[in-house]
Amino acid sequence: MTRSLPIRAAIVSVAILFTFLMAWHIATRGTGTVAQMDPEYAKLMGLTATQGKSAMPGPIDVGAKLWEHIRQPFYDKGPNDKGVGIQLAYSIARVAIGYLLAVAVAIPIGFLIGMSPLMSRALDPFIQVLKPISPLAWMPLALYTIKDSGLSAIFVIFICSLWPMMINTAFGVASVRKEWLNVARTLEVGTLRRAFTVILPAAAPTIVTGMRISIGIAWLVIVAAEMLVGGTGIGYFVWNEWNNLSITNVINAILLIGLVGMALDQILARAARAVTFPE
Amino acid sequence: MAVTDKFVSLEGIAKRYPAPGGATTSIFENLWLAMNRGEFTCVIGHSGCGKTTVLNILAGLDTPSDGAVIVDNLAIEGPSLDRAVIFQGHSLLPWRTVMGNVAYAVSSKWRRWNAAQVRAQSQKFIDLVGLTGAEHKRPSELSGGMKQRVGIARALSIQPKMMLMDEPFSALDALTRGTLQDEVRRICQETGQTTFMITHDVDEAIYLADRIVLMTNGPGAVLAEIVENPLPRDRARIDIHKHPLYYAVRNHIIDFLVMRSRTFVGVTPGFDPRHVPVVRPGFAEPTVAAASITDPSPSLPGLTRQSIA
Repeated sequence: MTRSLPIRAAIVSVAILFTFLMAWHIATRGTGTVAQMDPEYAKLMGLTATQGKSAMPGPIDVGAKLWEHIRQPFYDKGPNDKGVGIQLAYSIARVAIGYLLAVAVAIPIGFLIGMSPLMSRALDPFIQVLKPISPLAWMPLALYTIKDSGLSAIFVIFICSLWPMMINTAFGVASVRKEWLNVARTLEVGTLRRAFTVILPAAAPTIVTGMRISIGIAWLVIVAAEMLVGGTGIGYFVWNEWNNLSITNVINAILLIGLVGMALDQILARAARAVTFPE
Repeated sequence: MAVTDKFVSLEGIAKRYPAPGGATTSIFENLWLAMNRGEFTCVIGHSGCGKTTVLNILAGLDTPSDGAVIVDNLAIEGPSLDRAVIFQGHSLLPWRTVMGNVAYAVSSKWRRWNAAQVRAQSQKFIDLVGLTGAEHKRPSELSGGMKQRVGIARALSIQPKMMLMDEPFSALDALTRGTLQDEVRRICQETGQTTFMITHDVDEAIYLADRIVLMTNGPGAVLAEIVENPLPRDRARIDIHKHPLYYAVRNHIIDFLVMRSRTFVGVTPGFDPRHVPVVRPGFAEPTVAAASITDPSPSLPGLTRQSIA
């Protein structure tokens, strides 16, 4: 029996998922030790103490809650109780704004660095120092100068998206094949036209790779940033649900963060395929 | 062949690179060569003698450390649409189609042309190199020979005054190479193109060239001889090797490459790089017919010099 590889892989994936869910279910079935107590007191103690239920939610609890979220993603019952769709939308919007600002800054500067050996050497020490700084280390400075927590989160996304795109753009531009540049030179193509018709298409795969790294980092950082700035966003939602001790919601949020991150990565992967050329 | 119309002239060009320890390595020094309009010149020499550097200087992609290149009575300053280059690696832009690659050249030359004009001109030269029907293919979908055809179409489409070819067929299999040589010969004869080509292949040089320039080994390479091809202009691949003078030319060149190219500078003390000897093998011993440039007066742009061969 030979089935195609994708089908066999899918079967294994489903089997792994099923095993995991079963293990999770069995592990959170309950402890079984139930203490005898006064009913009034039992009400205060919750199900863990009275029925021996596990403190960790099982897959069925999480699934039920997830269904609730999916049915009603955009409800708004005040500052501390918004639908998970609204929270995700806030996060995605912040990432999009910060990320696009970073694109607008990083790609031109990357072009400059890639095309000019002078600027490459001159800017290198700054990039080397700024690049390893944890984006969250900028947060206090951003809060102090911008004086707006939402904009500060966007700034943090901007700063963390900047470096991979800038470095990849510079690398892609600097390593455009000499023969392609010579083609443009022998055709007397001007600098600007050369940048758009030779360097940009030649460097595009490398640039998009940098953009893909950046969007991944931006999505990692937004959760942490929103935990700090609070108010809205999926990061805030996670922290708020932790304070509510709703582990079910925390697990749901973790799952959704993963799915959105995957979707963002796939968008850039598709863009990468569109600009990649076979040689 | 009488030198009637000196179109291209290398005037004492040199290329030197700094060597470790403050010294300089000289690839070649004081190179003089003149080419006529409509003439096919091949340069033959071993690897590393600086052939490609000469071609790049002619193309304007490289600058000589000394001397100048005059094309059509003007000293060249950088690359120009007048001199089309066919590169060794086809160097097509891989994200563009066949049509896109040729059209890029066409629209670079005639910037005010509309899309239809660019397309028509490009199509004309795609047809000329026999790629009709492959316009929308990308370079990765083409064979090596087809890629080089696109390179030729791109170079011809801008209707240059001169074609520069850097071992254009060296990466191709023998059959494809033969077909493309036929095409290039046909096109050059039809269009009267002035062509400067670098090759390693003696038979290719004899089949294509009017004059074959022999270059000694580098560093310190010189142009040792100019071999005037004694074969008739309307030679054909099918019987070229049966021509009585074919092996005389071939042996002369191979003797040079095997033996004399190494020792030429040492054993030729009175060699004058400004007057490279012209030989016509096959007529008795290789006779020094005349110097390629007989005019000793300093060269000036705008001055047409006549010399007798």
